[in-house]
Amino acid sequence: MIDFFNELFAPDKVDEAWMIIQNQFPTAIWETVYVTILSTLFAVIIGLPLGVLLVTGEKNGILPIPSWLMQTLNVIINLLRSVPFLILMIMVFPLTRAIVGTVVGTEATVVPLVIAAFPFVARLTESSLREVNPNLIEMAQSMGASPVQIIIKVMIPESVPSLLSNATIAITTVLGYSAMSGILGGGGLGKIAINYGYYRYKDLIMIAAVILLIVLVQLFQTVGTRLAVRSDKRLK
Amino acid sequence: MIKIEKLSKTFHTADGSVEALKNVSLDIADGDIFGIIGMSGAGKSTLVRCINLLERPDEGSVTIDGVDLGSLSKKQLREVRRKVTMIFQGFHLLMQRNCLKNVCFPLELAGYSRADAQKRAKELLETVGLSDKANAYPSQLSGGQQQRVAIARALATDPKVLLCDEATSALDPNTTNSILELIQEINQKTGITVIVITHQMSVVEKVCRHVAILDGGEVAEQGDVTEVFSHPHSEAAKRLVYPESDAPDVSDVSGRLLRVVFNGAQAANEPIIARMASERGIAASIVYASTKSIGGKAYGQMILGLPDNENVITAAIGYLSETKGIIVEEVTGID
Repeated sequence: MIDFFNELFAPDKVDEAWMIIQNQFPTAIWETVYVTILSTLFAVIIGLPLGVLLVTGEKNGILPIPSWLMQTLNVIINLLRSVPFLILMIMVFPLTRAIVGTVVGTEATVVPLVIAAFPFVARLTESSLREVNPNLIEMAQSMGASPVQIIIKVMIPESVPSLLSNATIAITTVLGYSAMSGILGGGGLGKIAINYGYYRYKDLIMIAAVILLIVLVQLFQTVGTRLAVRSDKRLK
Repeated sequence: MIKIEKLSKTFHTADGSVEALKNVSLDIADGDIFGIIGMSGAGKSTLVRCINLLERPDEGSVTIDGVDLGSLSKKQLREVRRKVTMIFQGFHLLMQRNCLKNVCFPLELAGYSRADAQKRAKELLETVGLSDKANAYPSQLSGGQQQRVAIARALATDPKVLLCDEATSALDPNTTNSILELIQEINQKTGITVIVITHQMSVVEKVCRHVAILDGGEVAEQGDVTEVFSHPHSEAAKRLVYPESDAPDVSDVSGRLLRVVFNGAQAANEPIIARMASERGIAASIVYASTKSIGGKAYGQMILGLPDNENVITAAIGYLSETKGIIVEEVTGID
């Protein structure tokens, strides 16, 4: 055990690791944060309306859609949710190439990340909106609210705290996926952990990258939870 | 004028179908406070939801001021709902909005500008006595205060009809009274028609002028509140007037029985039974009594036991009938 640590923290290795950390980590951290936030943002733009539709489009919902459409939507979401992320990433390479022009690099990973995350966001949105007290929807109807007004003025505002905590779950999941994408050409902390730790046996670099990923998850989670709690007017 | 004609509604559930309403017809005059009373499951909530078509009846029609609601488009129906608003047992305030914004809600739906909506909302909060709570959130208010905010919200679009669905059932008796007084006051000031759905006799007695008793989805009896409650004809009405727990058992009373109905008699402070004993020498035993004093007037009824003597009975009926607001009749039981 002591030997293991002596070897891990051998002075030459520590010096070398420190060099690499100084040179590469600032960019890597930035890439990871940037890809995570951008992908989550796009995933929310696509997933939130779909989540709304999953609730309102039901037969007894406020804006029913044809049941074949509803079933198709559910099947597509479930299909995308069941493909492991790395496989999905390979499967969408043609699409990624068509949109970004290449399949490697930071920007390119945004495409598979969005495709992996939006069905997840749709399901999270669905579960948040289902928590809204149905009596409030009846109240809004009794006051002459249209379906769109009910969505915009009742369902979404009333579930903001829940939507925020689910957004936090989404962003930390996307962060994990983005790190995974390092193995297939994605940038950021995941790439560094794999390139140095797995391919070149530089364990210290890998450990440092993992610690930074943990710190980022903690950060997102803490900020997200705090925002969710602060936004909730029921608790005061 | 609200005309409800031959409404029927059946719910189909996994456990079979439930006939919530059977051929219900009611006429409710403008400016009236109309009570719809019944036990749980009598169809009250379904009926009130049919009045603003939150629930579509299977048969029958609801006509408000000559307009058959069933014939309206969705958009027209939404316009009508701004004029037929509702308050609920559970208040149903938006928990993420403060009181002022809650009152603004129906105004936003109707397309008011933010400034106009807030101005109107402030006035309404004043009407319900909560101007100081404008920035408070519903979770910071008591049940009574929440219902006041809900009333302000329901009045925002200047409705002609206010539907109260068990609006006081979640409140304690004192708060119930203050909410009922507020509703009464608003009715007197604005002439709004109020429909009160409740399972509580006391609520109907306190505010309503007319009442319909709903039983098993049917109207068992309807009419003037004092008339229905003092002379209940139907089984359902009797069950409400004499709740089972304190229904008088007159089977082992010897002699004859008189029912004395207090219909707003100025007798709350008058020891009228004692006076009858001292002035006329008629000793009556009280077999059953359920009376209450509202605003110095007595309401309710008593069953008096008297000796089996025609002269005594006639004298007692004569004496008691002299007091205004008292109706006396001989009965053989409480039927």
